[in-house]
Amino acid sequence: MITLRDVTKSYGEVTAVDRVSFEVPSGEVCVLIGPSGCGKTTTLRMINRLIEPTSGTIEIDGRDIMDSRPEELRRHIGYVIQSVGLFPHLTVAENVATVPKLLGWERRRYEPKALELLEIVGLPPAEYAEKYPRQLSGGQAQRVGVARALAADPPLLLMDEPFGAVDPLTRERLQAEFARIQRELRKTVIFVTHDVDEAIKLADRIALMRAGRLEQYDTPETLLDHPASKFVHDFMGSDRALKRLGRACVADVMRTDVESTTDGTRAIPREACTDSRFVYLTDESGVLEGWVDCRVLDAGTPPEDAGTPVDWREAAVHPETTLKDALSRMLGFGFRNVAVVDAQGRLVGEVSLAAIEATMADADTHIANLEEGEVLGALPDEEARS
Amino acid sequence: MMLAPRMRPVIAAVAGVVVFAWIVGQQDLWVRALSALFPGSVRPVYPAATVAELTLQHLRLVGISSGLTLLVGIPLGIWVTRPSGADFREIVSASVDFGQTFPPVAVLALMMPILGFGLWPAVVALFLYGMFPVVSNTVAGLEAVPGTLIDAARGMGMGRGRILLAVELPLAARVIMAGVRTSVVINIGTATVAAAVGAGGLGDPIIGGINVQNMAYVLQGATAAALLAIVADGLLAGAERLLTPRGLEA
Repeated sequence: MITLRDVTKSYGEVTAVDRVSFEVPSGEVCVLIGPSGCGKTTTLRMINRLIEPTSGTIEIDGRDIMDSRPEELRRHIGYVIQSVGLFPHLTVAENVATVPKLLGWERRRYEPKALELLEIVGLPPAEYAEKYPRQLSGGQAQRVGVARALAADPPLLLMDEPFGAVDPLTRERLQAEFARIQRELRKTVIFVTHDVDEAIKLADRIALMRAGRLEQYDTPETLLDHPASKFVHDFMGSDRALKRLGRACVADVMRTDVESTTDGTRAIPREACTDSRFVYLTDESGVLEGWVDCRVLDAGTPPEDAGTPVDWREAAVHPETTLKDALSRMLGFGFRNVAVVDAQGRLVGEVSLAAIEATMADADTHIANLEEGEVLGALPDEEARS
Repeated sequence: MMLAPRMRPVIAAVAGVVVFAWIVGQQDLWVRALSALFPGSVRPVYPAATVAELTLQHLRLVGISSGLTLLVGIPLGIWVTRPSGADFREIVSASVDFGQTFPPVAVLALMMPILGFGLWPAVVALFLYGMFPVVSNTVAGLEAVPGTLIDAARGMGMGRGRILLAVELPLAARVIMAGVRTSVVINIGTATVAAAVGAGGLGDPIIGGINVQNMAYVLQGATAAALLAIVADGLLAGAERLLTPRGLEA
């Protein structure tokens, strides 16, 4: 658990961070967000003493960080930065082993660990361990950066806009992998970003900062639904209904009683189409291979021509996909339904636009109520605060 | 046998050293070559010492003065890029700048009253003259290390000393070595003027030849000094290549 109490950093007259207090429970992801210059990075860098606080205390599991030598403290805190900062003269494996070596681990301990971590971040060690950083793409370099931060198994991870410098597609992949790794490893993570969608996707709690102060510290849902000020409301954006979809995943709304057959299109029983529009085609092990649209059958097309073969990697979503991404997939394909498969491509269900709409409608009503009335109207306005 | 590409310049340089040592050792060869070039000359070869002896004197002079330059110049360059030395950065760079613009012959003349004749006034003059490329390249090499790398290193718990040794110096090695190479090669040429204060070396036949108007002597000293400079340049280029971390090779 990380506890910040009245942490302040002043540079002469300027106060970069002003009496910030919050607590991050172990195993949770806390995202620090806010406009540039709000003090989020300064706050992060005070936790591993790259910047010394002017006043206030920071505790990690009850221990004041000022009680350890800065170098010693940092060796037990993972650190990932936007520019990655891989050492160009060392191989990928040597880069990953940096902190274990500083801690005096022996080779037979740090070497397997480095290879294991490369595997975890999705870089097969046989191919990547001996490469040099200049041979990597931006996304691969940042994966190595994450592996390096995890190498000595620190309980706490500080990440400063780690996915800020890669293209949007790579960023989405890295975010999904980060979420997966985090589910496995359960680190306490403090993550700085200026991207609201990223914060909503990854955070257990969001600390929204502005001009050195903490505006609101809460779950993403609460920030979206009960903003503490107009600033929070505006910062989270007007498309909050859509953003909320970034918090829910397919598993929450999918139906699992879908019709499927392993016998190919020939054997589709007419009854299968009674209460479902699609019948999915799978192989023996259940891997999605295509579907049949019952309306096409109704129109008189012979069953053997009615099937649409698909690649599940492109045409399906996973249970952990966010509703926002599922919706965007549907819009992209022009379908009102999309198949849900597990990591191996086995069909597990189907999610419909109607189900997503229902979720949105709930959020909409909720937010409409908020905006019409009571809550936002009662918020202190900007001038009165300052 | 396949040779790693980074070993090739090293092998070539070592071969150069062997060939050079052989040429320098063949006094007969010099006599015959210079006799052929200056058929009218009674004494085409400098008589006071063999080419091998002169070369060894020259190497001693260059070795001591360049050694001192590196011993002082590299730490000085490192120091002015540290917070403790940052205030001295301007004065150091101005001084080494001045050291190079001030003619070595004048330094020799100024040092004579203090250090007398012989090796030491020459060592001082050459030491000062060679500082500029070493200090300025050390500073430039260290400054070229991206700040984000230092930040990452600090963030992982490296101390200042370790960052210098494990990150900054390996990354700056190539640029620093280029400065060392320039300094040493210039020194080999400049060291010929040291003969003027009796420091010996390959400047002896050059200055002696000018005094007695024997151009064969001048050519003898100049040729040997030039060959020595070429061989040293190759050797240091090989060292530069070896000190360049693999990850930085193009």
